[in-house]
Amino acid sequence: MAFQLDIVTPEKTIFSDTVDDVYLPGSEGEMGILTMHAALVAPLQPGSLRYLKDGQVQELAVGEGFVEVAGDQVSVLIDLAIGEDAIDEAKVEEAMKRAQETLAGINVDHDEYAALQMVIAKSEAMLKLKRKGR
Amino acid sequence: MANLRDIRRRIKSVKSTAQITKAMELVAAAKMKKAQDQAIAGRGYADKLNKVLVNLKGNTDEESHPLLAKREGNKELMLVISTGRGLCGGLNTNLYKKVVSVSSETTDYVTSGKKLRQQLAKAGKNLIADWEVEDPVPFNDAKPIAKFLTEQFLSGEYDRITVAFSNFVSTLTQTPHVAQLLPIEASGLAEKQDYEGVGKGEVGETNKEEALGVDYEFEPSPEGVLDKLLPLYINFQIYQMLVEARASEHSARMVAMKAATDNAKNMIKDLTLEYNKARQAAITAELLEITTAMKAME
Repeated sequence: MAFQLDIVTPEKTIFSDTVDDVYLPGSEGEMGILTMHAALVAPLQPGSLRYLKDGQVQELAVGEGFVEVAGDQVSVLIDLAIGEDAIDEAKVEEAMKRAQETLAGINVDHDEYAALQMVIAKSEAMLKLKRKGR
Repeated sequence: MANLRDIRRRIKSVKSTAQITKAMELVAAAKMKKAQDQAIAGRGYADKLNKVLVNLKGNTDEESHPLLAKREGNKELMLVISTGRGLCGGLNTNLYKKVVSVSSETTDYVTSGKKLRQQLAKAGKNLIADWEVEDPVPFNDAKPIAKFLTEQFLSGEYDRITVAFSNFVSTLTQTPHVAQLLPIEASGLAEKQDYEGVGKGEVGETNKEEALGVDYEFEPSPEGVLDKLLPLYINFQIYQMLVEARASEHSARMVAMKAATDNAKNMIKDLTLEYNKARQAAITAELLEITTAMKAME
């Protein structure tokens, strides 16, 4: 049984097709959604999103956002969704290093702290996907 | 009668101006297309977000959330989104007029875009921050702005946060628009805004009924989801307004440059006419001189 999965960022629609299942990095832990899932809204955190399409597992690195399940329609609203091919490893590493350096120099209650942690989490998600299978 | 060489020089300079304005027109047209596409691309996101928010509204006590609660005070912070560059007709002037007409003495400003930053500073207004936004607008550029504004609001420094920007109506029309960002008006929450996606939202109404029909489970809780979603909503609003302002900028510039090119062409026409007249006059004068000289020699 397949259902419709839409992955949408404010900039564009990344993916819109029927899939067999999808696994999402929920804020309370990874969750899997199969067809006939109850209507649900849940926030997502940076991590990896996997879906099964025609027997093939596809994986994307995603940022923060949320998922909405309604009937046989699953919508993922996210600020970043990127496939393995599109990830520039060196660039991500550099961004992560910069964020870590800045993070090391500031206090926990600094304005930028949470934002930097988010950058690092997203970078980690992307690197993890890129380096998978090596 | 003007000097031939002077006229020729003027024609040349007007011609090169026309070339420049023509090139700018084409560049602006291409960028306008991109900005419009970007605004349309955000529509899917806006629809989904609105749908979920409509449903959340029914499931939570909305007045209790700090981002939704109305305040007594009247201290206002206004984000003014203008253009970074000039040559876009009356866009910034119109926006400035609107800003002045709706704001009060105590209003403080945050700006994006050089043009109105300079103008507000010149007028002696209190500017507290400024952002530069790339072109085309990346979603990530909206986040720090949204974060800053939210913090200013939550700290109690300001009771109301508004945004002034040029709303893109069509290529020929852009209207200055002031929208309230914070507190999010509960009645306006998840209403289709006319700046969400270029053009009016034709999907807004049906969405509402459809969304209320679904009985969602919220994980971890409706309040927890609301806490996460409202910042996203604000981010998205700011992003959409930035994109809207950008689309307005490029279309205003395209129209202004088209007018400039047309004017330059007319001017070239007039100058060419004058040049030919002067040339003929010079030839006639010369012929006259020769014939007079011949007559005198006889």
